[in-house]
Amino acid sequence: MAEYTLKVRRYQPESGEGAYWEQFQVELDPSLSVLDGLLQAKDRDDGSLSVRCSCRAAICGSCGMKINGQSGLGCKTQIGEAQELAEKKASVGPSADGAPVITVEPMANMPVIKDLITDMESTHWSKIRRVTPWLLPHGEAPEREYIVEPESMIDITQSMACIQCGACVSSCLSMEADPEFIGPAALAKAYRFVGDPRDAETKERLHDLAHDPHGIYDCTHCFSCVDACPKGVAPMDQIMRLRRKAVEEGIDDDPNNGYNHSEAFVRMIEKKGTNDEALLVQESHALGLKGKLKPSKHAIKGLIESLPTVLRAIKTGKARSPAKVIPGIHPKLPGGAQDDVKAIYKHAEEHREEFNLYIKGEEEETE
Amino acid sequence: MPTHDVLVIGAGLAGQRAALAAAEEGVSVGIVSKVHPVRSHSNAAQGGINAALNPGDSWESHAFDTIKGSDYLGDQDAIEIMAREAPEEILNMEHLGVTFHRNEEGKLGTRAFGGASAARTYYVADITGQAIMHVLYEQLMKHSEQVARYEEWFCTALAIDEQGECCGVVTRNVADGSMELFSAKSVILACGGNGQVWKPTTNALICTGDGIAMAYRAGAKLMDMEMIQYHPTTLAGKGFLITEGARGEGAHLLNAKGERFMERYAPNKMELASRDVVSRAEQTEINEGRGFPDGTVALDITVVPKKRVHEALREIVLVGKDFAGVDITREPIHIKPGNHYTMGGVKTDVDGRTDVPGLYAAGETACVSVHGGNRLGANSLLDTLIFGRRSGADAAARAKRTDASRPSRAVLEAEQATIDSIMSREKGSGRRISEIKEELGTTMDAKVAVFRDEAGISEALETVRRLKEEAKSAYIDDKSAIFNQDLLAAIELGYMLDNAECCCVAALERKESRGAQYRTDFPERNDEEWLKHIDLQLGDEGPEISYSEVTITQWEPEERKY
Repeated sequence: MAEYTLKVRRYQPESGEGAYWEQFQVELDPSLSVLDGLLQAKDRDDGSLSVRCSCRAAICGSCGMKINGQSGLGCKTQIGEAQELAEKKASVGPSADGAPVITVEPMANMPVIKDLITDMESTHWSKIRRVTPWLLPHGEAPEREYIVEPESMIDITQSMACIQCGACVSSCLSMEADPEFIGPAALAKAYRFVGDPRDAETKERLHDLAHDPHGIYDCTHCFSCVDACPKGVAPMDQIMRLRRKAVEEGIDDDPNNGYNHSEAFVRMIEKKGTNDEALLVQESHALGLKGKLKPSKHAIKGLIESLPTVLRAIKTGKARSPAKVIPGIHPKLPGGAQDDVKAIYKHAEEHREEFNLYIKGEEEETE
Repeated sequence: MPTHDVLVIGAGLAGQRAALAAAEEGVSVGIVSKVHPVRSHSNAAQGGINAALNPGDSWESHAFDTIKGSDYLGDQDAIEIMAREAPEEILNMEHLGVTFHRNEEGKLGTRAFGGASAARTYYVADITGQAIMHVLYEQLMKHSEQVARYEEWFCTALAIDEQGECCGVVTRNVADGSMELFSAKSVILACGGNGQVWKPTTNALICTGDGIAMAYRAGAKLMDMEMIQYHPTTLAGKGFLITEGARGEGAHLLNAKGERFMERYAPNKMELASRDVVSRAEQTEINEGRGFPDGTVALDITVVPKKRVHEALREIVLVGKDFAGVDITREPIHIKPGNHYTMGGVKTDVDGRTDVPGLYAAGETACVSVHGGNRLGANSLLDTLIFGRRSGADAAARAKRTDASRPSRAVLEAEQATIDSIMSREKGSGRRISEIKEELGTTMDAKVAVFRDEAGISEALETVRRLKEEAKSAYIDDKSAIFNQDLLAAIELGYMLDNAECCCVAALERKESRGAQYRTDFPERNDEEWLKHIDLQLGDEGPEISYSEVTITQWEPEERKY
């Protein structure tokens, strides 16, 4: 048994007051969860403290919340560990009053209904429905089961493991910038069908998601959703798989220029080792790094549309040095470093490894 | 007034399956759930779903295993239906998109499970319930024009018309606190079991026996209410479930001396004997001092190849790591028997019909009875799908031939009055809801568990009846309309107390040991006097007892050995 203070972001919609912080003192074993702590406060002190919860075992997906600023499940976060993290944060952050306490807030990127309860319908479920979330087989079903590669089922089991808790949505930085982004959960759900050999509309699904201005190319690779996901679904990985599959299906002409942009990026790093921002814009619209200049269908329009972004980058200081403004003078990595980069590329091409816990397990991933 | 031909209460596997089956018949369907459907407790079913689908297997073998597992209390006509229809239902789920595990040929692969004479459990890693439920929810989204979803609506009572037929339900919209009377020609209760009556339990916080209690209050008969399954492998204290799939994959049970003690209790099936047998064996080891100091025995999964563990028991790796701090691929994990499943419930026929016309029940809420005294692992998902589908189809057929009867607003007003009175209780006027719930759970776990006797059950019943009185003055803190979970907990407590009372009364009545009911004062099975169901119906003084025959088709009761 140990004592903890939970500092909870509360909002009582019928009070006429705005959101406020309230502290609850709880006493429980460090191995119990933050949700257990909240339920103790609710049971003993204030029954109006509202939080969705059901299974207490990280399977129902009800208790998505932010603990010490991190999106996750209340039931899967041990209170002892949450306290350690709060103390660690306090020791490096700006000094706060009193001892560090565990902060608990509702999930982000969603409207708050009451205390820790958010409106998932408008921000999560509507987007799940956006990706046509049911199997679309063609023709009559077979008399027995569909015969499929055993690995294909294990492959999509990773996205089937999603419990729709919304932690990834809450943590998503792209969604913060573009609330219309389909988002990590719905795109992981989309992969569940794209990767399913029984689904007959793979290409149509991929075309749709690549061409949507808020689709697969809206993800910025920040890894937040991978960190937040309590089930190892790694939504970002599923989005990258969607991108690869889209290219495999020959979908490389999306109006978002997403494919060309990522291709330009990959080639740039292969050639120069670091990002030549000045060249990236141009390359994204007209690949020239390897061989002949190949303008994309939307090159002129895209370049013109990029101008405000470029000007903003110069103005805010993101691109100030000449190498960041003048295309082509960005230096290569010194010495043999560029050869190391090339070796990494070679390795990656030869050993494409998927981050699938149903295949690899936890241990191999950390060792 | 929202009106549907068929209204389904509860949106786990049984409820969703029932809704889809009714929609297929072309009637208008509504599905009401107090939580978002994918939060339902069917999620927690890890191991798999049984069907005799392999060429070498037969439905008769599946049926016999189920009957033997039930300790001959299961109704054999219903069990035959379940076993016969299982293969087609599995294929149906596969066609809808469930990502079942495949063997090397790309066909459906199986794993071994307890009490079964063949490996006939189909699975998706150890998230089978979750995978099937999410696929059913995909279908609900697909068929949104036929099935209206009322997500986060809480039911407080059934509406019964002057002819004694069920014609609707009273609900509270959790999001805004408004009360609504729903009209329906058929109502299907698929609200899950009553695990929260015990503490600890593997069951979710939402499993408060709502459907069983609502049906009981509306005059429907309950059956086999004494039959409560304790699962052999749950984490001590927290009650989290470790799937039987672990033993299906070859894990051993060891006592503190390192002995594989199942040799003494079930020399043939060992760890894969039926759950009541394994739970009693474990509890005996613990009671006789051969367990660990924390009142547990050990489950050793390290004997299962690592690759297989990652592929097939991944959820258990996480449960071990997150909730017990144990790496199950390296060391044994401490477990004990824990409350898990309600074999009894609302008495129904093989089409889900209860004693109240227009009222159906399916899944854990119902008692068909296919599980009798003890449910076999991986038969619960099957039960939900088979009898969910049959209920949905029959409810739709009834709706087609029945004229709508409008429920009276009096029932709505009565429910509103009850809620007003709960809301008006002053702080400190009685006990807290949570205190009563805690006392109920610990009492039931101490006295109506793996081993029972008259003195213990009587004490529990006395406690339950006192708590029922205390619940009448228990107060809540939250007086608001939006998401008032405090109020819902008060209503759920009432449901739980009714469930507890019925369980105690039936357990006291059955003076023999059969399946999950083991009476230390009556340690033998007594077919002559007790090969019968105990039925309970609400009377003036609480549950009134009657009996009904067990249906025997072709398997005469014999001694049960594993």
